Order: sequence, then structure tokens, then C-alpha cells
Amino acid sequence: MTTEVAPEPADLLTRLQERFPGAVEPAPEPYEGLIVARDRLVEVATFLRDEMGYGYLSNVVGVDYPEEVNGLPPRFEVVYHLFQPTGGPLTLHVHADRENPVVPSLVSVFPAAEFQEREAWDLLGIRFEGHPDLRRILLWEGFDGHPLRKDWHEVYYEEEKKPFSSRWPEGHPVMAESRAPLGRNLRYPPGWSPEDWRPTADAWGYRPHDEVAEQRNPAMPVDRVVLNMGPHHPSTHGVLRLLATLEGERIQKLEPILGFLHRCHEKIGERNTWLGNIPYTDRLDYVCSMTNNWPYVLAVEKLMGVEVPERAEYIRVIMGEFTRFLNHAVSVGFMCNDLGIYFTVMLYALEEREFILDLFEMTAGSRMMCNYMRFGGVAHDMTDEAVGLARELAFERLPRFVDKVDAYLTENELFRARTVGVGVLPPDQAVAYGCSGPLLRGSGVPYDIRRADPYSIYDEFDFDVITAPDGDAYSRYLVRLGEMRESLRILQQALNRLPDGPVMAGKKKATLKVPAGESYGRIEAPKGELGFYVVSDGGPNPYRYHIRAPSFINLGVMGELCRGHLIADVVIILASVDITLGEVDR
Amino acid sequence: MYASLHLLKSLGITIRRFVDTYVDDLRWFFKGGFGARYTPDTLPIRQSPTTSRGIFTVQYPAERLPLPERFRGFPFLIEEDGRLRCTACGTCARVCPPQCIWIVRASDPETGKPLREPAEFHIDISICMQCGFCAEFCPFDALKMGHEIEIAAYDREKDLLLDLERLRKPISYHAQIHPTEYAAEQERKQAKAARAKKG
Repeated sequence: MTTEVAPEPADLLTRLQERFPGAVEPAPEPYEGLIVARDRLVEVATFLRDEMGYGYLSNVVGVDYPEEVNGLPPRFEVVYHLFQPTGGPLTLHVHADRENPVVPSLVSVFPAAEFQEREAWDLLGIRFEGHPDLRRILLWEGFDGHPLRKDWHEVYYEEEKKPFSSRWPEGHPVMAESRAPLGRNLRYPPGWSPEDWRPTADAWGYRPHDEVAEQRNPAMPVDRVVLNMGPHHPSTHGVLRLLATLEGERIQKLEPILGFLHRCHEKIGERNTWLGNIPYTDRLDYVCSMTNNWPYVLAVEKLMGVEVPERAEYIRVIMGEFTRFLNHAVSVGFMCNDLGIYFTVMLYALEEREFILDLFEMTAGSRMMCNYMRFGGVAHDMTDEAVGLARELAFERLPRFVDKVDAYLTENELFRARTVGVGVLPPDQAVAYGCSGPLLRGSGVPYDIRRADPYSIYDEFDFDVITAPDGDAYSRYLVRLGEMRESLRILQQALNRLPDGPVMAGKKKATLKVPAGESYGRIEAPKGELGFYVVSDGGPNPYRYHIRAPSFINLGVMGELCRGHLIADVVIILASVDITLGEVDR
Repeated sequence: MYASLHLLKSLGITIRRFVDTYVDDLRWFFKGGFGARYTPDTLPIRQSPTTSRGIFTVQYPAERLPLPERFRGFPFLIEEDGRLRCTACGTCARVCPPQCIWIVRASDPETGKPLREPAEFHIDISICMQCGFCAEFCPFDALKMGHEIEIAAYDREKDLLLDLERLRKPISYHAQIHPTEYAAEQERKQAKAARAKKG
């Protein structure tokens, strides 16, 4: 990232219009940002990256508008969120034809777009011209259609929007399975038969690997081996499959294959009411549900223009920082698990986590699926007992734990032998691939949204952005360790200053209408930048609901990280990236 | 040079934890003989962040951790003075994110007008995600989240699709699992009654 002074938005628009006459125009109300002509997109993006300092492509999302809305014709839209080293997003909209949607690919400018463009192709059927490898990413080839198109209906389709009218006042229960029984709950593309289908790996999975084999080193002829790790390998932290091409024991090419846990969260989100999405967000990154609620309510609050009471902001920060601590503790534990330090560090971490989960259970009502935040505040106030437990943890118990982990691992020769110099990610590559969180800061890039684009009340706290310069697995461990300490610092300040007052702005409402518009809410989640892009058409349900999942985008760099390393290092590199499959596959 | 100072230090931490468990066992032994550590009375001591020493696990199902008042299990309907508080307004069914609540509103058999009570009330707890919205948004405090967690069953339709009979719980159960909430409820009620008397 360059450190250029951020130009004023109006100034930016004039500069763009001077440079690209007729290609850039401001988006009409209620949309944000700019509309860029399709054929000039790559040039505009290159200009923004190289000359305006917008070096970080965070989010790429497709939206389907089958009808004319807000004076714009029926279209597919691709929305890009670009960031400078500090400040809010620059939103670019690119329109594509509804019948034959083609948009130029931005992979050559921002490699971060690779996975996200594949996702947009998979779920919306928008083709990206010039994309090196445009395949389905979350679904399989036997899937019929592109589910996020507005005219696509699932087999269990009941109604377009919740609440369903069959539930009340004449709600006679029907089991969903009886409406679509086994054998009839699947639909294949026309002309596609599961019997003729060869397992995916043969057809397309190994294809890029064959290309690699062509470039084999003639001086040292070693047989190429294609190795599948997962989807049931204990080190993959869930159902992730890694397809690796090996020469001897060295990785030549490695590719994550995703989607085993895909449930089309975003389609569910579009059917749901605004409120009904909050408990669903808990299920994304199931290790840290508190921080999953947060960006979603943030995005919707932006649209609604609600002010959150001060006490609620403090409680959100307390819960968010406890979640960060919990995630990093467990992540370090899992990293040790993968190294073969079986369950020692892990169980130490789980013991501390247990107390934090007790606090969540006491306050929110559930240990892991907290469902705690609401639009304009939080669901319940913290009781005195909960504040007491939080103080005990933040001031006494957890600092001791961090010191113990530090003493246990930081200088441990075995730990260092396995992690130092493994999976090195140079800072420019980290930024280009859109990495975020400890992965980015472990490469020496001091980018933390809490500091760069403060949300909630983070500008009131005193804390440091932890970085480590080397970009290897050990650096990422150091960043996590440091961030645990910083979290405790924030927690101590927040608990000392916790004000009295209400925790909800106004009255809780079961059904709410959100003003039309679009909004992108993002926070520094424990795993990186977690963003929610929501579009409202003014109704009781979101029109579009997209999640920028840090685990998913951080995985995009996995192949680069592993290249040239030993097969045994893949495990530790994956652990140091820290993913949750609930969020990767959504 | 792998086995060296820091590695031994790490191993020392592990061994200290290991020994701690036995020391704690002995401590309890001198206090109360064999098995003194594993009684319900010691559970809060073993599970507290300040006093827990040694092994931290609980011998489930022989021992159970107490659930906090706000814990969200599955919803139940409160029956007070022989009738349900529920008025079949349908707020819970509308707000339910996975749409697992089904209500049939009762109607007067003679006039056919809808009554303020449910004729049928079903909750499919195999779909319920325990978010607690139904209890949170119920305008009549008629529905609360219970504390049952062990609901494993063989038949989904028979055992997990709860009907009115199985959802109905006496108010004493509510008072028992939600003491603070119940007290606040009673206070509000009394204040209202006092206001009505005055007015």
C-alpha cells in the first residue's frame, strides 16, 4: 500500500472524468460511489491502484436486478469496494447485460478478485472475461443454475419472502421432507446425468496440475504425485480439500477446493427478514459469533441511521474483544495441534475459552450462537455478575494465560523449528491478494480496521496495531499473541469506563423497514476483515445480502504460500492462516 | 540442539499442570476423604476462574453445570391459572427466522369470529435454532425459552414436532428457571394493579 494523501471524493471524480471522459459517473441515489463503463474498468482500476492509492480490493459482489429500479435498466451489477490505507470504501459499480452478463476480470490488477469473481460466476452466472480459471467454486457441476439470480428457486421453495403465510393464522405443520421427498429433492442441469459424470477431480481438478507437470525440472526427474488432503483430514479444520501436486516431497502447486459446507447462506439471507438474519450470521464463523453479528448490524444501522447508545457500544467492544481473545487462543492451540503438540496447548486455550463462553452464556443466553446484537444496541444488558466475571478475566486470569503461552511457545525450539521461515508471504503480495487480519499484519502491513477506518468507539481506546515483519507462520503466531495482549488492554479500558444507561436505541421492533440503499459494514474480526454488503429496496427483507468472509479470501493466497514447501508444512501454513469452514463455504 | 533450555521450560509448565491435579485431589482428600472433590458442593469452586485448580473437566452426565437464567433452550408456553397466556397473535410465528412455529387461531364455534387463544400450536424443535426471538418479541410474555437440552429422540415427527400439550408448562416452572425475570414480571403486574386501583 502506498501512503499517498487521500484525495477528496469530488476531486477524485473530476480526476477520473478528466482521465477517462465518459467512462465514470456518480451513481444515482440511493447508491453510493461511481458507475464505471464496462470496457474501461481495467484501466480505471489500474489508475486507482497506481495513482490514487486505492491499493486494496476488499470486496467483489454481484447483484441481480431483473427489473428496472431507481431509473437504471434491468441488469447484473458487479460492485467493488476499494480501500486506501486509511478511510472508507470507494464503491465501483459495473453494469452488465441481463441476458448475457460479461464483465472484464480484474485478476490482472488485483489478484484478490480471483476467488470472488469465481464466486460471482458460480452464484450469479456473471462471466468475467480474462479470468484465468473461471470455474464454479462453491457449488459442483451437477448443480442446476445460478442460485442467487432472483428467478432461481430451490427445490424446497415455499415463498419468496419470510414470514411464510402458511404459518399463521391457519398453520398446520408440514414437514419439508414430505413436500420434496428423498430422490426428488435434487435437480440437475438439463442433459446432465450423474451416471455419466466422472468424478470432478479427473475432469477439472487435475487439469491445472497436468499443466504444472509439463514444466517439470528435466535435470531432476521425479515422478509427479497428486495428493488429496481432506476433505476429511483432521488438519484441515473442517471439510476443506487441498489438491496438491508434489515433486518428491515439495509442493509444486496447491489448490483449495471449497464448498463442502455450502448452504447458500446468502439466498437464505435474502428470503429472511432483516432481523431474522442476525442468528444466521452466528453460524458463519462459529468460533466467534459475537463479531459476526457486528458488521451486519453495523451495515443495517448505517442504512437506518440509528444511533447506538454508549453503553451498548461499550458492551459490543467488550464482547468483540473477548471474542478476538478466544479466537486467537484457540487458533494458537490448533496450530500446536497440527504441529503434533497434541492437545496440550489446545486444552489450556479451551479452558480459558470456557470462562469466556460462560460470560457469553450469562449475558446473551448461548455459548456459541450468541445472537446478541440488535439494530441499535444489544439484546440484553450485562448483569453485575457478568461484569464481575469479565473484570476477573480481563484483569487477572487471561493475562496469566497469555504469559504462559508466551513462555511455553515463543522461544520453544521445536515450535520455532517448524514455523520460522515457513509459508512466507511478502507484504505486497498480501495486499494484492486482499489478505486481512493477522495474515496481513504478520507480513508487516500495519492495517487494522479498528485504526484505519474506526467503527463503533474504537477511536476512544488506546491500543497498538501489532505487526511482525517476516511474514512466516511464526510471525502470524507473534501477531496473534500480541493481539491477545492488546485485546486485554482494550478490555481493561472498556471495563473501567463502562457507562450506565440504556442498551437499546428506542424500542425493539419485530418487523422493521429499512430505507432503500446500499451499505457496506466492515469490522476487524479476529480472522480479518469481515464485511457485509446489504442492499435494501425499502422492504422488510434484504434485497441483497453478501458476506465478505476473511477466511475465504485469505485462502486465496494458500497456493502461493505453499509453493516449494514440504507437504508436512501445508498443515502448519493452513493453521497459521486460521480459517473456519463455516465462513469459507457459507 | 533441539532439547535445550526453553523446551525444558515448556515441559515444566506441562508437568506443573499435571501435578496440580493430584495436589488438588489430595487437598480435597484431607478435607473430606475419598471423592470429596467430586461433589455438587465443590462444583462452583472447581469451575470458578479464581479458585479452579488442576483438572477442569466435569464428569457429565453424573455432574451437570448449572445453566444461567438467560440460557436459551427450546420455547415453551406459559400456563397461568389454568389458561395459556398466549393470544395467538402470531408475532412469534412471523419473527421466527427458520419459520418453525405453526399456529392455528381458535375461532368461536358459533359466530366463527377469531378468539384470542390458539387452537393448535406447533413448534418443530428439530428446525428451531434457539435464537430466542419468539420469547424476546412476544408482547404477552406468553412464551419463554426453557432449559431442556437433552432432547435426542428416534422419530423426528413424533418426538420433535411439539404440540400444544407438550409446549404447555405451568408458571411455576417459569418462576423456577427464570427467578429474576419472574420477579420483575410480578413487580410490573403489581404496579399496574396499584395504578388501576388508584385511577
